[in-house]
Amino acid sequence: MSIDVKATPERVQADSDILISVENLHVWFELKKWGFSHVGWVRAVDNVTFQLKRGEAIAIVGESGCGKSSLMKTLLLLNRPHKGSVFFEGQDISNIKGKALKWYRSQVGYVQQDPYGALPPFMPVHRILEEPLIINGVKDKHERDERIRQALQEVALTPVEDFLNKYPHMLSGGQQQRVVIARAMILEPKLLVADEPVSMLDASVRVEILRLLRKLQEEHNLSVMYITHDLSTVRFFSERIFVMYAGKLVEQTHIEELLNNPLHPYTKALLTGTSVPDAANATHLKEVPPGEPPSLVNPPNGCRFHPRCAHAIAGVCDVKEPLHFEPVPGHFVNCWLYEDGRTSFPE
Amino acid sequence: MNDQTLLQIRDLVLYFKTSRGDVQAVDHVNLQLHKNKAVVILGESGCGKSSMAKAILRLLPRNVSQYHGQVLIDDLDVMTLSDEDFRRQVRWVKMSMVPQAAMNALNPVLRAGDQVAEPAMIHLGLSKDEAFDLAREMFQNVGVPVDFLTRYPFELSGGMRQRVAIAMALITHPQLIILDEPTSALDLLTQANIMNVLKKIKWETGTSYILITHDIATSSELADEVAVMYAGQIVEVNDAKSFFAQPLHPYSQKLMASVPRLYGDEEPDFIPGRPPSLLHPPTGCRFADRCHLRFDKCDQEPPTFWVDGHPVKCWLYEKDHQAASYTSSEAGDAS
Repeated sequence: MSIDVKATPERVQADSDILISVENLHVWFELKKWGFSHVGWVRAVDNVTFQLKRGEAIAIVGESGCGKSSLMKTLLLLNRPHKGSVFFEGQDISNIKGKALKWYRSQVGYVQQDPYGALPPFMPVHRILEEPLIINGVKDKHERDERIRQALQEVALTPVEDFLNKYPHMLSGGQQQRVVIARAMILEPKLLVADEPVSMLDASVRVEILRLLRKLQEEHNLSVMYITHDLSTVRFFSERIFVMYAGKLVEQTHIEELLNNPLHPYTKALLTGTSVPDAANATHLKEVPPGEPPSLVNPPNGCRFHPRCAHAIAGVCDVKEPLHFEPVPGHFVNCWLYEDGRTSFPE
Repeated sequence: MNDQTLLQIRDLVLYFKTSRGDVQAVDHVNLQLHKNKAVVILGESGCGKSSMAKAILRLLPRNVSQYHGQVLIDDLDVMTLSDEDFRRQVRWVKMSMVPQAAMNALNPVLRAGDQVAEPAMIHLGLSKDEAFDLAREMFQNVGVPVDFLTRYPFELSGGMRQRVAIAMALITHPQLIILDEPTSALDLLTQANIMNVLKKIKWETGTSYILITHDIATSSELADEVAVMYAGQIVEVNDAKSFFAQPLHPYSQKLMASVPRLYGDEEPDFIPGRPPSLLHPPTGCRFADRCHLRFDKCDQEPPTFWVDGHPVKCWLYEKDHQAASYTSSEAGDAS
């Protein structure tokens, strides 16, 4: 593999190098009874802090319902933070409105999970790509055409003429996803948010799309947030990886470090659960933690993973919320197992 | 056909009628499956995998133009049965199916228990109480809490709904279960859990599976044999051990190379192009346009060559191996 490491997962100080900084972010949704009386909160994202540098690709991994989509939608400002803030190039964007919001959205590209669902079926490709340009005030028709052609070329939908007048249903899944990427890229954003961009595609096409995203990231010095549940695609794409469980960031480090030295029991379970094509798999059962992720309305006390964890320490994990430990430099984990300075997962 | 063979498919054809001609979804397919084994059918979308499942279980849409061949289960040629006999004697009795996106296949207005018990009442002639006892047992087998019997599908998580669908397919103890992408919509750990359930059922009850999927990594959890399908045809059948180590057909090799792996330095590769339209498939080898090993001969349709007892539909194996029809080489294969 030939990915050079651009950023070390050190906690970086606020400087111009940082594109997005998320501080103590809480995304909670209110539960109401009969539409007005308050019953509780869905704590989709609970106290998440991280920074994303310019030109850096990070991956957020977790199961459905762990809050990764809520986190992503907050970065797109489709949700507003309940508490905490999001800084974009040093500016607090948590509550921006109107023109500022429109400007911010032009700085962030969004690649949806299901390409067919994300493209309007009644619009041809050129019209789909023209829309963001019209909205963002590119008045010159000629310039718009030029940029559409350029965007299509960039995602390798060539010859461009063949695709300009096609409707989404006339394209294959991989081509549709390319159009979605072209649409996300056409305003030359600084950040690209990709929500499971390949999970709906065939295995044979997945790699192609991931390579395309990587190429765009490198060429445009883009920051990319890659959201997925498939650990095996992460290493071909991003440098740092964040693992989320039940609204919490439980582990963050460099991808190779995570694969070789997973620290959190949940990360360990995810790695064990990922299949590698091998006929020997059929001869034994996989170790899977019992139960299912907790409800985010009443999450368990202490560590949210403790009811499913084989290594839970009674009296600690079920009482106190785990602190942020750094057992290996640059490798952060929220787990009580590492309180005493242990540096690898207990056998 | 020897004692160990459960299912034998010979020359199965299923074409669909459209305004632009026939879609050759399943084109002269041969496959056999032994008792208590699992065969995985791999291929990209649009290769006819799901159509093949439908053809085996005779769950056909209205626009069928050609449907013939032989499907033998325990020496009974089910293709000769009338629809009513097929329903009584085969469907859910000898084989059942867990449909694609089974989590959405449950009836939203019936309780989970009622849905699971129903096939037992209809096909085994049990009373409602007996059927519920059996359903309770099935719930335990697949790892769903028994009190979920009275819940509605929307009260269950995706993984639980998938398990209920599997319980439903299991309740009549069929010898063969067709699983159409049983885990593709599920989370990683749920996926691993369901695979564990399927493995246990296979070991404990001796059921056979046909697993249809495009997820090669997960398919290896269950596979005894692998059949690779491309453009309506089966291009390679191999045992899991040799397939996951070294597939024979160039398409299988490309498919294996496209799987991203957790460890190791190999970067995955993609397959350029896309599968041909099944309306007018190419006359020669259907994979030729995308093949990295293409040569002159590929313009003609390749016969099936037997490579160490495994059928492969590729001209590359012409030199060292005898082309043979499926039936004549069976005697040697069965030993």
